[in-house]
Amino acid sequence: MKKNLFLTALLMSLMFILAACSDSGSEEDTGSEEGSTEESSEGGSSADVTGNINEDDEQIAGEGSSTVFPILNLLVEDFNADHGVAVELGGNGTGSGFSALIEGTAQFANASRGIKQEEIDALEDAGIEWTEFLVATDGLTVAVNPANDFVEDLTFDELNMIYSGEAENWSDVREDFPEEPITAYGPDQSHGTHDFFNEEVMDEEGVEGQLIQDTNQVVSSVVGDQNAIGFFGYSFYQENQDSLKPVSITSPDSDEAVEPTFENVMDFSYPLSRPLYLYVDNAALEENETFHTFMEFTLKNAQSAAEEVGYVPLEDEALEEELSKLPNLEQ
Amino acid sequence: MTLIDKDIIAKKRTGRQSRNQIFKWLFFLCTMFGLAVLIMLITDTLMDGWSRLNMDFLTNFNSSRAENAGFFGAIIGSLWLMLVTTPVAIILSVGTALYLEEYAPKNKFTDFIKINISNLAGVPSVVFGLLGLAMFVRALALGNSVLAAGLTLALMILPVIVVASQEAIRAVPASVREASIGMGATKWQTVSRIILPAAIPGIITGIILAISRAIGETAPLVVIGVPTTLLVTPTSVFDSFQAMPMQIYSWVKMPNEEFQYIAAAGIIVLLVILLLMNSVAIFIRNKFSKRY
Repeated sequence: MKKNLFLTALLMSLMFILAACSDSGSEEDTGSEEGSTEESSEGGSSADVTGNINEDDEQIAGEGSSTVFPILNLLVEDFNADHGVAVELGGNGTGSGFSALIEGTAQFANASRGIKQEEIDALEDAGIEWTEFLVATDGLTVAVNPANDFVEDLTFDELNMIYSGEAENWSDVREDFPEEPITAYGPDQSHGTHDFFNEEVMDEEGVEGQLIQDTNQVVSSVVGDQNAIGFFGYSFYQENQDSLKPVSITSPDSDEAVEPTFENVMDFSYPLSRPLYLYVDNAALEENETFHTFMEFTLKNAQSAAEEVGYVPLEDEALEEELSKLPNLEQ
Repeated sequence: MTLIDKDIIAKKRTGRQSRNQIFKWLFFLCTMFGLAVLIMLITDTLMDGWSRLNMDFLTNFNSSRAENAGFFGAIIGSLWLMLVTTPVAIILSVGTALYLEEYAPKNKFTDFIKINISNLAGVPSVVFGLLGLAMFVRALALGNSVLAAGLTLALMILPVIVVASQEAIRAVPASVREASIGMGATKWQTVSRIILPAAIPGIITGIILAISRAIGETAPLVVIGVPTTLLVTPTSVFDSFQAMPMQIYSWVKMPNEEFQYIAAAGIIVLLVILLLMNSVAIFIRNKFSKRY
């Protein structure tokens, strides 16, 4: 009887080990296969990356904004296909990214907003010098239900009225709007998008309304509610163009409402355009040759990657400027 | 004959019987409600995810290109995680349960430990994540490795297995135990040859519940900083890894609608792996429950 117990336990552990072994064996096969197919399709874009790969370099890790995540995820994938280096990437929010950078567990942090003073202080206390890079542009898009035929454009003040809870009905926002209740949706405090809206439109007074953790739920709430209004990153609008109606925005210093189109977001004439950032540990950039190569690869391919996942790329000039921030390792 | 008033009896009886019927159907509805919701959920997931379930999905790593996105890294990562969590949790918690039930003196201190363990079972998983972050990731400098996450999850499911094991050990009849000791067996002989085999089915039930919880747990992994994309699988317990629930969570958040279907496919794979693991455990349980 005792034998039976031990035998079963032994068998079970053997099964586990076997499963793990055979899996890690087959992983190399699929890895190289995938690599070769990727290389043939992506080969041209990265030919001008000059950096080297150093096998002894520390594992590269990045953490941060879920908005920036899809772009970096694509770059990490292509970098692995071209150079055979697997970069670790998380998407738990801009705040987590900065914590990881301060802790020293990540060499780069993705951010959908600029760095805050408290984060600058914490990095200084930790003795970490950093550089800010722009990787792409995003337009915070305000949208309403397609059945809404009266809202075409809104000013910052009107948005402020809606998201401060001051206006309860559409007629409170503008006289000629119907007397229907407004339901306002937005992403919650864990998102850089929320912080950006709070800063730009709400003057840091706080966003009122139904704030949701999952941005996809914000979109579907607006799609399912005739009186709804919502805001989210440009890519979420891009993916749901048919079921949303975008609202043009008038900034406080102009009279003209600007539509959230690809061109307007890219040249920042759309008032809610915002850059997406990468914050990078300078020491890692200088000492970790592979990481330097990764950053070069990232910046040089940022435009195509951004466009592929539905974001707006940087303009050529801006990109040149970002590339010039990379330290020259030859010295 | 006249002592029994048939009208009154008939009146009272119908009342009691209809109440009986009402409660029967009420309880039946309660059972069906849970079942119906579960079936709806599973059909919905299957319908969304079915088209994405193919070999590529199982053998590709994660990707921002929806057509290439796969679950491979996450599946292997989660298996590695369970490889650490399961043995650590079983050894620690069955050991604890045996000590508390068989060896520990019956005093206030033992009672205090027992109450604490029962309370631990109700602590939210995020708290265990914070514990893991402070203890394993930072203090022991294990980083966001398989080992750090595995130990954290093991701690998280520990109380569940301890409580189940305690119940199972307590359920072994005292007569069997006394007979063993009466025959001159030592405490350890009694525990290993009589009590453990008899308690195994109950212990395994606890283990099944605990492992099912551990493999689907996301919150502690988010806190520990498990990456959502990593294009290699771990080669040792000190490497970082991906996990299935984290991967599903990150897909749900993607703007591209296609990823919602990929997430559904991921959920199906997670469920299948969970069922496979459970069926192995149930097989073992049935083998042992026959003997007693």
